[in-house]
Amino acid sequence: MAEADSAQPYRIQGETGPWELVIGLEVHAQVTSKSKLFSGAATAFGAEPNSQVSLVDAAMPGMLPVINRECVDQAVRTGLALEARINEVSVFDRKNYFYADLPQGYQISQYLQPIVGEGVVHLDLEDGRTCEVGIERLHLEQDAGKSLHDQHPSKSYIDLNRSGVALMEIVSKPDLRSPEETAAYIRKLRSILRYIGTCDGNMQEGSMRCDVNVSVRRPGEGFGTRCEIKNVNSIRFVQQAIEYEARRQIEILEAGGTIDQETRLFDANRGETRSMRSKEEAHDYRYFPDPDLLPLVLDPARIAELKASLPELPDARKARFMSEYGLSLYDASSLTEERATADWYEAVVKGGSGKRDPKIAANWVLSELFGALNKAGLDLADSPVSADAMGGLMDLLGDGTISGRIAKDVFAEMLETGKDAAAIVEEKGLKQVSDTGAIEAIVDAVLAENQDKVAEYRGGKDKLFGFFVGQTMKRSGGKANPGMVNELLKAKLAG
Amino acid sequence: MSLDKATVASIATLARLRVPDDRLEPMVGDLNAILGFVEQLNQVNTDGVEPLANVTGHALPQREDAVTDGGYPERVTLNAPDPAGDFYAVPKVVE
Amino acid sequence: MGGLLDLDLVAARDALRAGETTSTELTRAYLDRIEATRNLNAYITVTADRALAMAKVCDEKLAKGEGGPLEGLPIAVKDLFCTEGVLTTAASHILDGFKPPYESTVTSNLWGAGAVMLGKTNLDEFAMGSSNETSYYGPAVNPWRAADDAETKLVPGGSSGGSASAVAGRAALAATGTDTGGSIRQPAGFTGIVGMRPTYGRCSRWGIVAFASSLDQAGPMTRTVADAALMLSGMAGHDPKDSTSAPLPVPDFSAGLEDGVKGLRIGVPKEYRIDGMPAEIEKLWAQGVEWLKDAGAEIVDISLPHTPYALPTYYIIAPAEASSNLARYDGVRYGLRVDGDSLAEMYANTRGAGFGAEVQRRILIGTYVLSAGYYDAYYRKAQRVRSLIRRDFDQAFETVDAILAPTAPSDAFAIGAEVDDPVKMYLNDVFTVPLNLAGLPGISVPAGLSARGLPLGLQVMGAMFEEAKLLRVARALEKAAAFAARPAMLEGI
Repeated sequence: MAEADSAQPYRIQGETGPWELVIGLEVHAQVTSKSKLFSGAATAFGAEPNSQVSLVDAAMPGMLPVINRECVDQAVRTGLALEARINEVSVFDRKNYFYADLPQGYQISQYLQPIVGEGVVHLDLEDGRTCEVGIERLHLEQDAGKSLHDQHPSKSYIDLNRSGVALMEIVSKPDLRSPEETAAYIRKLRSILRYIGTCDGNMQEGSMRCDVNVSVRRPGEGFGTRCEIKNVNSIRFVQQAIEYEARRQIEILEAGGTIDQETRLFDANRGETRSMRSKEEAHDYRYFPDPDLLPLVLDPARIAELKASLPELPDARKARFMSEYGLSLYDASSLTEERATADWYEAVVKGGSGKRDPKIAANWVLSELFGALNKAGLDLADSPVSADAMGGLMDLLGDGTISGRIAKDVFAEMLETGKDAAAIVEEKGLKQVSDTGAIEAIVDAVLAENQDKVAEYRGGKDKLFGFFVGQTMKRSGGKANPGMVNELLKAKLAG
Repeated sequence: MSLDKATVASIATLARLRVPDDRLEPMVGDLNAILGFVEQLNQVNTDGVEPLANVTGHALPQREDAVTDGGYPERVTLNAPDPAGDFYAVPKVVE
Repeated sequence: MGGLLDLDLVAARDALRAGETTSTELTRAYLDRIEATRNLNAYITVTADRALAMAKVCDEKLAKGEGGPLEGLPIAVKDLFCTEGVLTTAASHILDGFKPPYESTVTSNLWGAGAVMLGKTNLDEFAMGSSNETSYYGPAVNPWRAADDAETKLVPGGSSGGSASAVAGRAALAATGTDTGGSIRQPAGFTGIVGMRPTYGRCSRWGIVAFASSLDQAGPMTRTVADAALMLSGMAGHDPKDSTSAPLPVPDFSAGLEDGVKGLRIGVPKEYRIDGMPAEIEKLWAQGVEWLKDAGAEIVDISLPHTPYALPTYYIIAPAEASSNLARYDGVRYGLRVDGDSLAEMYANTRGAGFGAEVQRRILIGTYVLSAGYYDAYYRKAQRVRSLIRRDFDQAFETVDAILAPTAPSDAFAIGAEVDDPVKMYLNDVFTVPLNLAGLPGISVPAGLSARGLPLGLQVMGAMFEEAKLLRVARALEKAAAFAARPAMLEGI
């Protein structure tokens, strides 16, 4: 039932019929680097005002840009991870406009010849479908500074710490068709960038910001007129903005109106988009090649070297987790979205004697560990239980020292105390009882105490079997080997 | 191509230059004279000629990623006409 | 006193090394001379205290037999070079009060070589002009006067007019200039001195207020060719802070200066014989050809067919780059601010009041030629023609070692004579601009006097990074011309 539903493409029902959404994204991702794209000033977040500003960033007369090699490498790595064409020659242009936080009066960007051309991102959707989103291009550019409007009644204050920090603008093709697909795309992109370490993906600190292009059309028709929603800084807001904007456009169109191609702003408090007409006036960026810079030429050997040094990417790792560990698509996806999670999981699986069950380990990481971390509001990095310790627990579980039920108690104790599993089992005497004689004695006692129920069972009331198992386990303090309990009960009740 | 007063006024807005009305008229004349002069280039056949943006023969130099600059907000705002602490200040921007 | 001021850069260096004078004495002589020639308006800022303090340090070094190649030599700096803690104006109102917290690479190199800073010289606003008349600080004045009219003040040319005027008027031993379209060579020609524009990338642009980044290049303005070689050695060098700086070692430009031109092939481009060129300039050019021929050079007639399109190309590319380079002057971080009710108004008020008419013209032209719908027709077209101009030179230098041409199509004109007609003013650069577009080195050498008794220059152009050869040809020309005339104002000093 659910599957049949989700196979239906996403539509918004208007008064006059269904509408299809067409969405394209421009993601601005801050390049992870120590210093800025064209100056030696630092890039760290949250520094004192204008303390990470060089004379170049402040656009002092006669100051000149010199490009940061690492930022170039990061863009190439990202391009490679997006399966994109790397342009061996690219050109930096000036995008000219006046704004308070743009000290040069132009932004150095790449216009006609970006460093990275067409690529692709593969999405696994929640309903199990997969789809591909085309990448149009990726280019390097400078970030602007920051204006603070709440410090003075009639003035804005300017802090240039961000001015000149390297950004990658990653432009998708208009291949997205729903808010959910868009969210999946951003998550996937973020995952890739974090895997290869080219952007920390921190949307709260502004390391990743999205401009969202939205239009609507009747299914099967050509593209409608789009609006661009600028600078949306969370995945949830992107989804809300798309939904609001699509409905707004549909209302206009159904009332016989037309859409103005314009830039809009998402107001998170009201959950709506509104026109930015004030910034619209006379935008003519007058792009031209920056004469302070020369064309950026990349040696194919350098590109090959960067390619060789890329880590295993999320898609490849997910596929391997499925084939090598026999995980479901869902578990493999969940475990590989974040590189740290995948690493953590593999440390558990591959540690110890290497005989740990990968499926059981996946369950433990995804449900027990993440459940506990979520409850405590902790990140994986802050987990009180290390991958090693989790591995120890897996070993006890694997060799039958403890049962799954006991393991949960042990794990709770581990979270609480940070002690390792073996020590807790030892201390509390939680070792599983697998001694046939001992279990047989318990089973006999249980059957003896419940003769009436034994009779009922033998009379055909099969469901009582669970009752006997429960009683036996209870009497053993949970330590009896459940498999052996089953076997013995079956034999004795049959007898 | 000949520029009229309104076009020159809009270019001036784009360039953030206040050109008072009495200076606009002569400016239109000057700019048209200059444009008339540069339009000689239309006589040159440039089919198949690549544009030349740089005359140097070398490749773009690239620096190592290291923090080598900054850390001196006082130098950054030293010449500012209206500094506010370590910030620059401008008339309030309404978004 | 006169004796000291008559020493050229090389001679002064030798005198200092020989202990015949001191840097302090020399510097004082120039500071006095600067005061005596205030009517030239050659300087915007005189840094007397700093000069004397620097001279004192130089004297200590010289006394110990130490010091750099320019140790103790007092020079002037075009006020387009940022100098740490010293007012830097670009001759513009918009940079009011600007004291850079940094020093340009070229001036830093000069101080490192031991030179002493006398002050900052006048120029056309943001180096945009050919007469020094667009300066917010008023025009610099040419030390020369016409033989038949001692009253009329003449322009020193531009944009490096203050530097030219200072060197020609003995108010500096040498000076730096910058040359975007002829701004070193044309004023050198107008004032009877040597002015050299090196190959693009030879001197760092870091810390020089930018006009047109793909064309700007710093160079020396001196009394002799040998001085130019010495001065250039102190200015040039690879600078990692300028991405367009050439990663090449700096040769000894003074070596081989006297090697002569025997066996060299000198090109004479027919396209430089333009309509309306004064006969006396054509005659001087022919004379120059004869001099070099007599010195043993082989003269080759060459063609640089796209020469007529150089000026229109320049007047698209230079304003386009300038319109972007000058966007940073917005009243926020330095210089003039004229308040307004909104940010946009503050910008427009500041820039409207801060930039002079010529700068505004170029910003508007530059903004227009880059704007949507016009970029291909103007800017891209100009870049393609620029390719053709460069190709002309590349082909010429396959067969010749250097090219000889006049520096400018006229001698110095009266202040105010051409200010009302921007296009006529632009024609001053007709012989100098092609070189800038091609990125090549060139030098103007004083070669004779016009009928009005004013200096005329001849220009030698060279191939990329062949400054040494260029200087060698210039030296041969200088020797043959034996230009010894002096402006009347120098009598009695």
